[in-house]
Amino acid sequence: MIGFQHYLLLATILFAIGIYGVLSKRNAVAVLMSVELMLNSVNLNFVAINRYIVTDQAVGQLFALIVIVVAAAEVAVGLALIISIFRQRKSVSLNDFNLLKW
Amino acid sequence: MFAWSLELAWLIVLLPFAAFALIGLFLHRWPRLSAYLSILAIGLSFGLSVLVAAHVFLGGMQETFEVSMRWLAMPGLNVDMGLLIDGLTAVMLIVVTSVALLVQIYSWGYMHGDPGFSSYYAYQSVFAGAMLGLVLANNFGQLFVFWELVGLASYLLIGFWFGRHSAKNAAVKAFITNRVGDFGLLLGILFLQIIFGTLNFSGLAAEVAGYTNTAILIVVSILLLAGPIGKSAQFPLHVWLPDAMEGPTPVSALIHAATMVAAGVYLIARAFFIFSATPEVMMLIAVIGGFTALFAATIALVQNDIKRILAYSTLSQLGYMVMAMGIGAMTAGMFHLMTHAFFKSLLFLAAGSVIHAIAGEQDIWKMGRLKDKMPITTWTFVIGALALAGIPPLSGFWSKDEILLGAFAGGYTGLYLLGTLVAFMTAFYMFRLIFVVFFGSGKGVEKAHESPPVMTIPLIILAVMAVIAGFVGSPLMDYAFARFVTYPGAVHYEASTMVIAISSLVAIAGIGLAWAIYQKEWINHLQMRERFSGIYTLLYNKYYIDELYHWLGQRFVYGTAKALFWFDIYVVNGLVNGLAALTGGAGKVLRYTETGQVQTYAAYMLAGVIVIVGLVVLAGFALLI
Repeated sequence: MIGFQHYLLLATILFAIGIYGVLSKRNAVAVLMSVELMLNSVNLNFVAINRYIVTDQAVGQLFALIVIVVAAAEVAVGLALIISIFRQRKSVSLNDFNLLKW
Repeated sequence: MFAWSLELAWLIVLLPFAAFALIGLFLHRWPRLSAYLSILAIGLSFGLSVLVAAHVFLGGMQETFEVSMRWLAMPGLNVDMGLLIDGLTAVMLIVVTSVALLVQIYSWGYMHGDPGFSSYYAYQSVFAGAMLGLVLANNFGQLFVFWELVGLASYLLIGFWFGRHSAKNAAVKAFITNRVGDFGLLLGILFLQIIFGTLNFSGLAAEVAGYTNTAILIVVSILLLAGPIGKSAQFPLHVWLPDAMEGPTPVSALIHAATMVAAGVYLIARAFFIFSATPEVMMLIAVIGGFTALFAATIALVQNDIKRILAYSTLSQLGYMVMAMGIGAMTAGMFHLMTHAFFKSLLFLAAGSVIHAIAGEQDIWKMGRLKDKMPITTWTFVIGALALAGIPPLSGFWSKDEILLGAFAGGYTGLYLLGTLVAFMTAFYMFRLIFVVFFGSGKGVEKAHESPPVMTIPLIILAVMAVIAGFVGSPLMDYAFARFVTYPGAVHYEASTMVIAISSLVAIAGIGLAWAIYQKEWINHLQMRERFSGIYTLLYNKYYIDELYHWLGQRFVYGTAKALFWFDIYVVNGLVNGLAALTGGAGKVLRYTETGQVQTYAAYMLAGVIVIVGLVVLAGFALLI
C-alpha cells in the first residue's frame, strides 16, 4: 500500500537529484531543468500534505498550481537570459559566466 | 562735601570701557580721534576720582561707601558687581587715573605715526577700565574678573609690536606665568565661597574674624597669595616682568611699573584681614617679598638695558611692598605703592624719552652725555632716581622709611637689614644708570634731541608728584595717609631718627659709590667685572632662572609630551590602524570565496540551509520561535 511516507520519500529523492543537477551540471539549460525538478518535488509535497493532513481544504493543490505558473514564467525568463548570454559568449557553459568575482 | 561724586563713581570704570568700545567698533580708522576720545575718557575718570578722593579725605569719611548688584546667581555661588569706596580705594583711584592720564598724553608723542595708534589707545582704555574696576571691586568675584581683564590688556600691550618675535614670546610668557598664579587665586576664591558662603569683602571680614580652623585658613591664604605672586611678579613667578619690557615704553610705565603689577599688593592690602589672621602666612609673605627685593636688586646691578634695569628695580620695589605687607605694615606698603607709582612711571617715561630720542637704542653703554641735549628728560629722571633711592625729602624717602621703620620697630631685624642693603643697591644701580647715560665721559650721541612738549610735560608733572607725594604720609602732615589707609589693630610706630639717618646715609653712599666708579672712574668697572667674573656672569644671566624653567619645561613638559605622543602614535593610532588592518586582512582572505561561479554560491546556500536545519533538529523547534 502506497502511503504518505512514500510520497515524501519520492519528493526528497527528486529534490536531491535536482540539487545535484544544479550544483554539478555545467550546462546552463541543464541547471534550469534541475531547478524545475526541485520545484516539482515541492509540488509533490504540497499535494501529498493536502491529501493526508489538511483534507478539508484545497490549499496545497492551489499552491502547487501557483508554483507551476511561476515555474513556467521562470523558465521563460531563464531561457531568455541564457539565449542572450549565448549570443554574447557563444557558450552556455556556466564555467564561462564568472565575471562577477574578486 | 562732594558726596554726589560717590553716586557717579560707576562712571569712573565705565568711561574707559566706553572709549574702548567706541574706538574698537567705530573709530579705529581715525587715530587722532581715537586718542582724543581715550584721553578724554581717562581725563573725566581722573576728575571724578579726584572728587571722590576729596570727599573721602577732606570729608573725613570713616565709614565705607558700598553699592552692590547681583551679577551671577547660581546655587552655591553668587557673584556681585559693586563699588566699594574707602581710603584704600581712593588712593588707588588717584594713582591709577593720574598715571594713566599722563601716560596716555605722553603716548601721543611716543607712539606718533605707529600704524597701530588706534588699537594702542583702545588697549590703553580697556586696561584703565579693568584696573579701575579691580580697584573698586567690593567682592572677590568681581575682582577676579577685572584681574583677568588687566592680564589680557597687559598681554595685548606687551605683544603690541607682535611682528617682533621677542615681543610675541614675551606676551605669551607673561600670560602663561600669570595663569599659574591666577589658578591659585581662583582656587582660593572658590574655597572662600565654599567655606564662608560669601565673596563680599566686608562679609568675609566678619566671617574670618570668627573662624578658628587655622590649617584651612593657611591653605586658603597661600592659594590667594599665588595671585599676587604672579601679578606682582614675586619670586618664583617674577620671570615675565623683565621680558614684558618688549612692549612700548609708556606701557611699561603704566602697566608694568605703576599700576597693574601693584594690583597684587593691592589685593593683599584689600584682603589683609585674611592674610593677617595667620602669622605663618604673614611670615611667608614677608620672606617672599624680602627675597624678591634683594634678588632683583642684585640682578639690576649688572644689566645693560635701560628698561631692564628699571624692570628689575620695579621687581625689587614690589618685593619691598610685599615685605611691608608681610610684616604687618600694610599702610606703609600702600604708601610705598603710591609713591613708587609716581616716581617709577616717571623713570620709565623718561627712559622712553631717551629711547625715543636715539632711535630705539636701549643699551646704556651706547648712550652718554645726554644731559646737554635732553635737559628736561635728564633732570626729571634724576629726580625720579633720587626719589627711588630714598633721598630726603623726596617721596620715596618717606615711604621706604615707613617700611624700614615697620621692620625695625616690629622686631624683624633680619628684614630690616635686608631692606637697608636693598636701599643701598637701589641707589647704586640707579646712579650707575644715570652717570652712564646722562653724564659720563662718553662722547655722547650726536643725533639725540629733546622730546616734544607732549612728552616732557607729563614728565614734569610726574617729577613734581615724585617730590611732593611723600608728604601726605610724613610726620610733617601728621601721617594723613595712615589715617585713611589703615586696618583694624594697626600699630603706628614713632619715627626713629636712627632709621632715617641710616637709610639716608646708605642711599647717599650708594650714589657716591656709583659716582666714584662711573663718573670719576677711580675704580675701573671693567676690571671689577673681570675680578668677580663668576658672580658677574651669574647676575648678568639672572641667576639662570629662565634657563632653569626652560630646562624644567624641556624635561617635564616636553618629556610628557613625548610620552603622550608615543602613546598616541603607537597605542591610539595602533588600535585604529589594527582594526583597519584586521578588516582588510579578513577581506583579502575571504574574497577568494567569491569565485563568480553561480554554482559555488548555490553550494554555500545549501550548506547554510543544512547548518540551519541541523541546528533546528539538534536544538528542537523552540529555536524557530
